Amino acid sequence: MPSKMSQVSSFITVQLNGEPCRIEGDSSLSALIARLNMKRGRIAVELNGEVVPKAEHDKVVLRDGDRLEIINFVGGG
Amino acid sequence: MEDTPFRIGDRTFKSRLIVGTGKYKDFAETRRSVEESGADIVTVAVRRVNITDRSKENLLDFLDPAKFQILPNTAGCYTAEEAIRTCRLAREVGVGAMVKLEIIGDQKTLFPDVPATIEAAKVLVKEGFTVLPYVTDDPVACKRLEEAGCAAVMPLAAPIGSGLGIRNPYNIRIIIEQAKVPVIVDAGVGTASDAAVAMELGCDGVLMNTAIAGARDPIAMARAMRLAIEAGRLAYTAGRIERKLYATASSPLTGLIG
Repeated sequence: MPSKMSQVSSFITVQLNGEPCRIEGDSSLSALIARLNMKRGRIAVELNGEVVPKAEHDKVVLRDGDRLEIINFVGGG
Repeated sequence: MEDTPFRIGDRTFKSRLIVGTGKYKDFAETRRSVEESGADIVTVAVRRVNITDRSKENLLDFLDPAKFQILPNTAGCYTAEEAIRTCRLAREVGVGAMVKLEIIGDQKTLFPDVPATIEAAKVLVKEGFTVLPYVTDDPVACKRLEEAGCAAVMPLAAPIGSGLGIRNPYNIRIIIEQAKVPVIVDAGVGTASDAAVAMELGCDGVLMNTAIAGARDPIAMARAMRLAIEAGRLAYTAGRIERKLYATASSPLTGLIG
């Protein structure tokens, strides 16, 4: 069933803040951030344990199994 | 009388009160309280973005980073590694490189893990962070953190959120005497007089959260704290009288009616 195979391979699963998240294959980090409706100036991203500078968000293409952490600031002392 | 400016690293601040943003009922109350306190520096925590509820408001929409120095903390971290990771992420948000380093060593007392704090401070300073460490009221620990390159030391007055006030004013005085960086009392303040005492001891500033956010009227308490910090600082610079065991009359001893 080649048609089904190609459909499956066009989606990938990443771990987003500890939860599985299905996204389109070849998505850039910027595309994911835009899809999640997040403001760039309010968040920071770690990919597989490394901080990703904002300037590189466009260049980074997400792969199946990537571990993403997206943080923001909340009330704290 | 001109006071010396409150300087941390290469930045100067008007207010000597630093306030936390936790435990408020909503962001609107947080903002009103922060404004009433007069604080220039506000602490925030670093947490995962809520993915399921994307409509959620963001704290920075209520506290303009152009107006306030945002001070991310490492609350909830128990190791140097976790704290360093948190600071690196916090800096990438884009509000500067000043961080409150807090590594907890015990869940019940929330006392800091001092060796881990020193270890993390060394790494963070090397990476260009302006490090403000939460530490026990231990003069030696404070000295080690200063030697590690921290921009200030922040000894606790009492356990976080306890409201017990300054438990060891003599240690705080020793810390102040030996420190070449600002000394900021962090944690344990319960009410305005505690904040005033800290400033009268000669502290450069006070950091608090629960004392304001947990008050019945947080907005009013924020104002009380602003006034207490100003009064305490002014009393310190004015120079208090010596304590004496016996009375000295305030009115002339001569010219009494006979």
